[in-house]
Parts: sequence; C-alpha cells; structure tokens
Amino acid sequence: MEDLKLQEQPASQEAPAPVAEMPPLLTVSPSPHARQGITTSHLMRDVIIALLPATIWGIYIYGLRAALVILFSVLSCVVSELLFQILLKRTVTISDCSAILTGLLLGLNLPPNVPFYVPIVGGMFAIIVVKQLFGGIGKNIMNPALAARVFLMLCWTNQMTGFPKEYTRLWWSADAVTSATPLASLKVGALAENFNLLDLFLGRTGGCIGEISVLMLLIGGAYLLVRRVISWQIPVAYLGVVALLTFLFPAGGADRLPYMVASLCSGGLILGAFFMATDYVTSPVTNGGRLLFGLGCGLLTFFIRRFGGYPEGVSFSILIMNTLVWYLDMAFKPHVYGIQRKKKGEKKA
Amino acid sequence: MNKYLKQLKEGVLDQNPVLVQLLGMCPTLATTTSVKNAFGMGMAATAVLICSNIFISLLRKFIPKQVRIAAYIVIISGFVTAVELLMKAYVFSLYQSLGLFIPLIVVNCIILARAEAFASKNPVLPSAMDGLSMGLGFTFALCILGSIREILGSGKWMGLQVLPDSYPKMVIFVLPAGAFLTLGFVIAAVQKIRNTVEERARKKAAQKPAEQEENAA
Repeated sequence: MEDLKLQEQPASQEAPAPVAEMPPLLTVSPSPHARQGITTSHLMRDVIIALLPATIWGIYIYGLRAALVILFSVLSCVVSELLFQILLKRTVTISDCSAILTGLLLGLNLPPNVPFYVPIVGGMFAIIVVKQLFGGIGKNIMNPALAARVFLMLCWTNQMTGFPKEYTRLWWSADAVTSATPLASLKVGALAENFNLLDLFLGRTGGCIGEISVLMLLIGGAYLLVRRVISWQIPVAYLGVVALLTFLFPAGGADRLPYMVASLCSGGLILGAFFMATDYVTSPVTNGGRLLFGLGCGLLTFFIRRFGGYPEGVSFSILIMNTLVWYLDMAFKPHVYGIQRKKKGEKKA
Repeated sequence: MNKYLKQLKEGVLDQNPVLVQLLGMCPTLATTTSVKNAFGMGMAATAVLICSNIFISLLRKFIPKQVRIAAYIVIISGFVTAVELLMKAYVFSLYQSLGLFIPLIVVNCIILARAEAFASKNPVLPSAMDGLSMGLGFTFALCILGSIREILGSGKWMGLQVLPDSYPKMVIFVLPAGAFLTLGFVIAAVQKIRNTVEERARKKAAQKPAEQEENAA
C-alpha cells in the first residue's frame, strides 16, 4: 500500500486535476491474477441449459401443467430472493441466475399434479430458510432445492407422492389417475413383469417432472462435463456405488443386471447425481473429498431405498452428505508446498 | 413485593428458561405438538419446580455439598412421582398423551439448574417465587411453540378449528423436524426483540447524561 502511495504522490503534485483520467500506475491486487472471465451467472446458465432437455421432455409427457409447476417454482424463488434482500437491505443478487436454477431444480423434483401452493411454498422455503438465512449464495450448508423438496415431502406427503400415469397430459386441473412409479414397484418387490427397461431409460414412465427421462438427463450431464462445469468424481462415484451394490444384492430374487439398470434409471438418481450432488456450494472442493462424497451418497441412497420408510433416498442422502462437506474437505487438505509431511511414528523432529 | 414482580419478569421474559437460557430442550421439542400438551407439560413442570425449590431451599443447610446433586434428584423425583400419580388420577388423557415425558421431568435441566443456581443459596420465599416464575416462563414458551405447531400443522388451536377445512395441513410442523424449525424461528424472533429493547435502553442511557450536561451548561 505504501509503495502505491509513494508512486502516486508525484503524479498528483504535478497535475492535480487530470489525475482521474490517467491510467493507474500500479494495480495492486491479491492473486489470482489471470482470470477466465467465468462468473457465477455463466455457470448457472450452463446448468440451466443442461437441464432444458429433461424439462422439455417432462412437459412433453405431462402437458402444460408441468410447465406451470416449474414456472411457479421459479417465480417463487426469484421473488422471494428479491423481496428478502430488499427487506434486509442486502445487495440484490437475482441477476446471478442462482435463484432461477434453484426454482428450476425444485420444479423438476415435483410431481406434475401437485397443487400450485406446493411449488410456491417450496420456493419460499428454499430461498429464505435454506439459502438466505444462512447468508445467501455460497454460504448455504444444504442444497436449497433438495432441502425444500424434503420439506414439502414431510409437509404434504400425499400431494408429493401421487404420481400420475405417463402421458396423462394435464392442463390446469390436477385430477389424474395416479400410478405407482417404477421405484415404488422396485421397493415393494421384484421387478414387475412388464418392466420395460427401454421405457425407463427413455422416460416413458411416471415420476417427478424432471427425473423421468434418463436419456435427456445424461445429455445434460454430458454437456456439463464437456463444458467442465462439473467434474466427473461425484457422479461417477455416486452412480458406481449404487450400481455395484444393486448388482451384488438384487432384491426379491430379481436378475442382477436388469435390477441394477432399473435401480439406476428409476427415481431421481441420475438427476441427483449430475445436478444436485455437484452443486458447487454444497459439495467438496477437493477431488478426494468429491469421491468420498459420491461414495457416501451412493451408500446412503442404497440403504435408504432398501431399508428405509420412503421409496426414494436420493434427496435425503445428498442432504446428509451436504452437512459433512466440511469434514470431507478437511480430510483431503492439499499438501502445502515447501512443508514436509510428517511420517507415521515420527513425532516431533 | 416489587422484588417478586421483578423475579417474575426475569423468569418469563428476560431469563426465559427455554427461549433465552436454552434449557429443557427435550420436553420443549417433544411435547409441543399441540397447545394442550404443551400447557399440561408446562404446568406439571411448574408444580414440580415450585415444590422442589421450596424443599431444597429449606434443606439447603443440611445437604452436604458433596452429595447435593443426588439429594436434589431424590427430592425432585419424589415430587415428580406425586405429580404423575395426580395426573393419572385426574387428567388421564393428558397423562397418556405426554407419556414418558412426565417421569422425564426428573432429569429436566431447568429444575436441576434452578435448584443448584438459586434454591440452594436463597431463602424459602424467593425460591418459591423463582420456581413459579421459571415455571411460568417454561409454560409460556411451550405454549407459543405449541400454538404455532398446532395451527400450522393441524389447523387447530386447543382442539378448535381455527383455519378453514380447505387449508392444506403442513404436517411437518407436527413432526420432530418441524419442532426444530419452529424453535429456531421463535428463538430468533425473541433475540431480535431483546436486542431492539436493549438498543433502545442504551440510547436512552446515552441521551440522559448528554441532556444533563447540557442542562448543567
């Protein structure tokens, strides 16, 4: 700082008036000095683009009502963030698109036939309670969309679990013939006889708006991986563990391979692994931590699905692992350059 | 008399055992699913608190320091048993819905804290008053939590329908998760109110000397 002052002084003495127009003599700033120009809103926009195929597929399967649910959820998130930040006189950050992404993710995690108060209350809970009360973007402990989904699940279990049959295109009203999702039938027993794995993969099944089409989600996930928005560790570890466990321990005497594929393709597993568990704020920053994070998510998902009370365990397991992120990062603290690591058994030198 | 009123205010507001001292969290979270349960729990604890405070205060010179906690527990559990039997006899439905949490009053930290911090050092009458005010503070906090949880979670208050039938009940508020959420929000609100009151008092105190100086000048 003093160097800067010393250099500036002669300039201001010579010509006091045009100082403002002169380029700064010296820019003093902490590292990093080379920046990529990627901002929060760029990343958020990329994730939103990656979610579009799954969103469009959900709207195609379930009709206009799915779009309305997503719209209400997004609007609720954005308006909550705006109002909260204005009321608390904080900087308004809705332009970074993170609230839009939270709303979109929440909407994709809802059944299309929920009453409209569900996405609205969910959006408010996600933004105000889970995100802003903890300090806003970058400071929340849990993924807002997932926490809101669990809140809604516990609030209105019936509304949140009555999934309509596939291709029931709803408009304004929510009256629909509900049917068991593939995941629920997996939970009850073995694979149903007419369990079409291709239908599961393409998304011709019942479920939440955004989770049904594995193909569309994989396209989005691949886009994110290619754009280096997310790294491979969390999805690979997560899906790998679930695949391994379901392959080794198929339930109800089902064949190993179909059971594994059905488990991977049903429920919100793909959506969770690629889009929710990889959230920057709530996942580890170290590669080792990410692998362990994915491993933990996979184990918990398998155990909750197999032994828990709810058919789906993806949201619970990601939320539980979210709370452990700090410890995972501490376990894989990077080695500081120039300092030798202590060997085992070798105490103070 | 003024001293006792001050004690009452301390117990219910400034030093509220649940909302400020954060004592007795277990019954607070578990029994506030409805106002009726919350009130019953609060009253049972208040009765035990008053009686145990009186007795511990009476015996404070006889109890050896080394075994005082054990002695307090014996006295407290005696009164808890009495309250439990009374509730079983006269308010059986409340007794059933509170269940295990009545015997658990024995290990309620509010009661032990008041015994240790107040009754063992003060004469009988202030100790009784301390038991009453802390008990009322506990009941007050429980009733606030119970009201919020019952209204949001089942649309009722004291068993009466207050919200229309079409209101979609937010079941989470009757579940344990909702207890934590509600408690957090209520504590935050109380803290906010206390801070603003303190701020105002500080401003007043800062203004007074300034005015006096001006007057003197």
